[in-house]
Amino acid sequence: MVYLGYVFIFLGVMAFLISAIGIIRMPDVYTRMHTGTKTTTMGVIFIVMGASCIEPFWAWKLILLAIFIFLTNPLSSSVIARAAHSDGATLELDEFKEVEK
Amino acid sequence: MFELVTIILLLSMMITIYRFLKGPTLADRVVAFDMMNTMGVSLLVLLALYYQRSLYLDIALVFGLIGFLGSTIFGRYIEKGI
Repeated sequence: MVYLGYVFIFLGVMAFLISAIGIIRMPDVYTRMHTGTKTTTMGVIFIVMGASCIEPFWAWKLILLAIFIFLTNPLSSSVIARAAHSDGATLELDEFKEVEK
Repeated sequence: MFELVTIILLLSMMITIYRFLKGPTLADRVVAFDMMNTMGVSLLVLLALYYQRSLYLDIALVFGLIGFLGSTIFGRYIEKGI
């Protein structure tokens, strides 16, 4: 059970590392938000699963933390995306630019 | 094991801080700030596992709440101003 928890924590940290590489490599605000929100949500959920495998008595607090992150992380991402759109951020690779003209 | 995982997590936090310092617009910086906030929550979970104290989980919950408020307020500031 403990080694399963270690595997889950390692997968979560690898998701964080992939997310951090993606936020440097992506060219645009919206794509940075895409890689910065979904992957960190998955990383936190993996780390919480690993921690509740290692320490089973803390499972209620960890489940509460996971539900909280799972609810609030897309909400803040949506608020930031709407703010960036009203601020005038444009897409770098816009496939529909010629369609609108 | 926990040392290796914490080193990888701090490395990804450093990469995110690079985007936070460099980012061309304000929205990029807010995205990097939100991402660092989520990484901080998982860093507090790892700290609770390392010291075997469940007190840090409460601190992680409150930290996530305050960080969510911060991201939302920054988004509203970009959209409408103070």
